[in-house]
Amino acid sequence: MNLMKDRLLLIIFAAVVLAAPLIFAPTGAAYPDLLQRFAIYGIFAIGFNILFGLTGYLSFGHAAFLGVGSYSAVWMFKLLSMNIVPALLLSIVIAGAFSLLIGYVSLRRSGIYFSILTLALAQMSYNLAYSVLTPLTNGETGLQLRLDDPRVLDAAGDAGSLPSTNFFGLEMKEVFWNPTIFGYDLQFNWGYYVCAILLIASFWISIRIFRSPFGLMLRAVKTNQTRLNYTGINSRPYTLAAFVISGMFAGLAGGLLASMDPLAGAERMQWTVGGEVVLMVVLGGMGTLIGPILGAVFIKYFENIFSKINDGVLHGWFAIMPEWAENAMVLIISPFVGKGWHLTLGALFMLVVIFLPGGLVDGAKRIGRVVTGANRRAAKVGIE
Amino acid sequence: MGILEVQNVNKRFGGLQALNNVNLSVEQGSVHALIGPNGAGKSTFLNCLIGKLKPDTGSVMFDGKPVLGKKPHEINQLGVSRVFQTPEIFTDLTVFENVMIPCFAHRDGAFKVNAFARVLRDKEIRQQAEHMLEDMGMKDKMSVHAGSLSRGDKRRLEMAMCLVQEPKLLLLDEPTAGMARADTNNTIDLLKHIGESRNITKVIIEHDMHVVFSLATTISVLAQGAIIAEGLPDEIKGHPKVREAYLGEAEV
Repeated sequence: MNLMKDRLLLIIFAAVVLAAPLIFAPTGAAYPDLLQRFAIYGIFAIGFNILFGLTGYLSFGHAAFLGVGSYSAVWMFKLLSMNIVPALLLSIVIAGAFSLLIGYVSLRRSGIYFSILTLALAQMSYNLAYSVLTPLTNGETGLQLRLDDPRVLDAAGDAGSLPSTNFFGLEMKEVFWNPTIFGYDLQFNWGYYVCAILLIASFWISIRIFRSPFGLMLRAVKTNQTRLNYTGINSRPYTLAAFVISGMFAGLAGGLLASMDPLAGAERMQWTVGGEVVLMVVLGGMGTLIGPILGAVFIKYFENIFSKINDGVLHGWFAIMPEWAENAMVLIISPFVGKGWHLTLGALFMLVVIFLPGGLVDGAKRIGRVVTGANRRAAKVGIE
Repeated sequence: MGILEVQNVNKRFGGLQALNNVNLSVEQGSVHALIGPNGAGKSTFLNCLIGKLKPDTGSVMFDGKPVLGKKPHEINQLGVSRVFQTPEIFTDLTVFENVMIPCFAHRDGAFKVNAFARVLRDKEIRQQAEHMLEDMGMKDKMSVHAGSLSRGDKRRLEMAMCLVQEPKLLLLDEPTAGMARADTNNTIDLLKHIGESRNITKVIIEHDMHVVFSLATTISVLAQGAIIAEGLPDEIKGHPKVREAYLGEAEV
């Protein structure tokens, strides 16, 4: 029963992800760059949810692992090959090792102290990336590809242009299919599909972890760690394993960001990025399977679409009104859109936390209950 | 030599001598009751046994192995389970999951990464947990969230979680506190039943003399951090020092 449900969920999820360029077309978000972002931050949030959603340990430092993943990937592009496979592998390994280190230190404390420790360590990494580690990170400019990079495995490319990232010859940027369906100009590119396959794989891993004894122990850590310890379970390695797994997911996401656009900067390690993933998971529904991905899509959509609505667009919307009303409406709404999109996001976040503690997933469930409840009532009336 | 040997245990909290040279020997298969007035140090004593507190001096041997300085999960893995005064259960998980966790701990040890196994495919664990819940008469509540159980059921659930691990020593901290008379009698029956079928040694802290005298094979009396008397239930009933320190008020 449960198995069937999970399988169904995975199949539906995979179908939606693979058809995303079509599904998102009416929302104006169906361009490769944004779709890739949805998938990448979805992976980031899935991983974060394994730590935060299951064990309740709130880390503010996961941006550091995202950044480390990006740097590792770009170094791989510079030194070895423009193929993304070794780059992603290195991102995961390095981020895993780094999270083992940070997790080992921060997990000595729990609650707010843990959060503060992760925040401090991540900010430290960020500042190191800017200053002392400049030979590795190229400081403020960020790590970029150059023509004279060695790239040992790639045959000497055509001089004069930078090579692009690829998956065994399939170039990430290449749009392989460009049809017009229902009047929408659709773009299917390799980059998105690499991200999509990895997102589906991550989702599958997340389902397996949720249903495993390991996942059960993690949920037990969240409800009553004392009892767990007196039940003969050593909770520390469990939380550390969850921390490292989520760090590896973050590393993968960072590596993917670099694979889609081969440069890495320290701003990716800033704590606001780590805070954003917390927002994603809480907004979507922490501890749920699909919630983190919903949250990631929601926030990235806001960031990229809502922020593009400027006064000109608003004037267009209210053009039918008399001019004084049009101006008034634009005046009222403009602080909340465009550059002020954070304001709307903040308000929405507050509303969700206050009225829907279980996030968007909780909201969907409630709506579902209302609908099915209504159906049942309707059926009853029909019988009578 | 008993299964649990406690020697010269001292514990001081600032100016308070919570445990004063406590010696205790618990025989294999016995039900050893620890009684005493409030603040006598009974709970402190239990906390020292399970690794929650570390005594200042003294030694605790369980099953021939030293226990002091070991972490709670290590002590549990040696075969010591504890039922707390206020039930410690996983309130956000279902009753079934609550019982499966100790099953996993018992079989797989303190840490095992089995992130790709499926909990519900594990027949052995499922059967163990289902059996236990059936024995406890809680099978119909298997999929209920533990947090929404009644107080009595929470206690029974916690007991199920301890018993399913087949501990060698079960520590019970006021297992009937706050229960109605009928529930208390049920718990007494349950504890007797457990004792007969599984030969588990029990150390029980209790205020209710009815429970103590129904269950205990040996009684130790703790007052102001020291053991003032020890013996069979009948000896303790008539002991003048005990009457003075404790039972005098209760008129048993």
